Amino acid sequence: MKSVLTIYRKELADYFSSKKFLILLGLVYLTGLTSIYVSIQNIRAAAQSSTDAFVFLKLFTTSGDVLPSFLYFLSFFIPIIGIVFGFDAINTERSSKNLSRLLSQPIYRDSIINGKFLAGITTMTIIIGSIVMIIAGIGLRVIGVPPNSEEILRILIFIFICICYGTFWMALSMLFSVVMDKTATSILTAIAIWIFFFFFVQIIASAVANAIAPVGDNATLATQIKNFNIDLGIKRISPAYLFTEAITVLLVPSGSQLFLRAVTTADISNMILSPLSLGQSLIQVWPQIVVIIALAIICFAISYIVFIKQEIRST
Amino acid sequence: MDNYIISTKNLIKKYGSKIVVDNLNLNIPKGEIYGLLGPNGAGKSTVILMLLGLTEPTSGELFVLGFVPTKDPLRIKRFTGYLPERVGFYEDMTSAQNLEYTALLNSIPEKEIPRKIDECLDIVGLKKDKNRIVKQFSKGMKQRLGIADVLIKDPELVIFDEPTEGLDVEVANQILETIFNLNKEKNITFLISSHQLNLVQKICHKVGIMSKGKMIGEGNVSELSKNMFGGNKYQVEVEIIGDTNKVIEKIKSIEGVKTVAITENTIHIGTDVDLRQNISKIITNMEGIILTKMNIKDFSLEDVYLNYFKEV
Repeated sequence: MKSVLTIYRKELADYFSSKKFLILLGLVYLTGLTSIYVSIQNIRAAAQSSTDAFVFLKLFTTSGDVLPSFLYFLSFFIPIIGIVFGFDAINTERSSKNLSRLLSQPIYRDSIINGKFLAGITTMTIIIGSIVMIIAGIGLRVIGVPPNSEEILRILIFIFICICYGTFWMALSMLFSVVMDKTATSILTAIAIWIFFFFFVQIIASAVANAIAPVGDNATLATQIKNFNIDLGIKRISPAYLFTEAITVLLVPSGSQLFLRAVTTADISNMILSPLSLGQSLIQVWPQIVVIIALAIICFAISYIVFIKQEIRST
Repeated sequence: MDNYIISTKNLIKKYGSKIVVDNLNLNIPKGEIYGLLGPNGAGKSTVILMLLGLTEPTSGELFVLGFVPTKDPLRIKRFTGYLPERVGFYEDMTSAQNLEYTALLNSIPEKEIPRKIDECLDIVGLKKDKNRIVKQFSKGMKQRLGIADVLIKDPELVIFDEPTEGLDVEVANQILETIFNLNKEKNITFLISSHQLNLVQKICHKVGIMSKGKMIGEGNVSELSKNMFGGNKYQVEVEIIGDTNKVIEKIKSIEGVKTVAITENTIHIGTDVDLRQNISKIITNMEGIILTKMNIKDFSLEDVYLNYFKEV
């Protein structure tokens, strides 16, 4: 256990002094501050048009005419943060010939991977937590509306989901760093998977849905629902989509119910948009959260097993 | 068995159906410098990996410091230093920071660490480079830092995989000298794997020659050469002008001459002691014979080694 702590401390120090940490932090802060600027510009209109009292949460979800909201930025950046902190975890140790020296020390082999993983999670928590806090702080000062207790809880759970989601991407890229010898290969593979989940799954989903159940001008409601279900089913393969669903339900308490999706725009005006309670919101996104955590655990477990079984040669 | 730092019995390692280490019996007592020699791919590194518990043997017994590597790897690693063939350090950290990390991983009390770092860096002559980052180090310096890294845990056994590989002769000799002194002063047992015999033979008490996973010869250098060259330790080469047959007859009558052979106009004389004086006296005393060249070779490990691999 002590050796995990030693490795953890060293890795953490490495991360904090690394250039990639500073670049990512700068990037996230920059986009975070941009989006808070945008949301402050538009929050008055957004607050007036909504029926609920969750004004504070709108800081995170309000978008401008051109720039998207903080939520969108975050769903874009979290995978990148995760990948960047994981892709070179093991293969750099190997290519720098540190691994065999490290393994000849009196430590269990899993200490190395555990220490690195924990350090990565910590760093990610700091990046994500700090930007959310900064936004909340600026927002509090500018709009002058303090968050109520439910909003604080929702924000905390939101941070937790973000960290789980980031952990999944870190575990995935760490898996590639165990399996692949070159850092370039592992980062490119991870990024390819991210692009697939983030962009292509949506395109594929709507293409497949439209092929199986085309929605024409006079399509029946049944066809529309079928189209919608196929589309949704395929999209939900992607962890990126699950993540978006989860944080949207949490931060937009009214009008984002997953079970009551509007099929046409006309339906929206017929819906009664009263906010869900926190418990109800959580019940809705429970499967999404569980899947994200499970995926993170699976990726970590595979890299763990592969790493333990790997033969380490000095050459 | 308790007297040996390393002891293996019928050790076998197979990768698939390929036998990499074949029935290896290795016994190394405390305080010895043992050279494990052999060409690349002879199975030396695999033996080392098994000793450290990084690879499981297929069958056979194996004890290091009295423990079984696959069962008690941590206890072995706590007192065994291992310097891999190409040692790597965290390049952005200073040499002292690298050593500190190793010390922490070995659970050395934090109070003692700064003193130990100074002590170890002093032994390898890197004290003035304590606060330089490793990126700026030359290959030889890194190798020396590797020795310091191994010493910081006060090892009983140190395993070096190709310690002189890729170093120029001067630096390699410095490293070997350090090993020699450490063995003398701290009574640390060394296992050195290498294919650079001429360098390593100077400091090894005993060598084992491996080929294709088998130990094909073991002993100190003179023992090995005795087995090899019919017990002759020296070979005197004589070139003359004149009747060679007559000379050969005469030389054969000298006491201590074991073998005499001739190639072209060179006479090869195998002996156990240095007989150059006697031989030259006899030749110069003979009429019509002029001694043009005389040479003596004592068998180095390289000859032993080359000869072994000619046979294999």
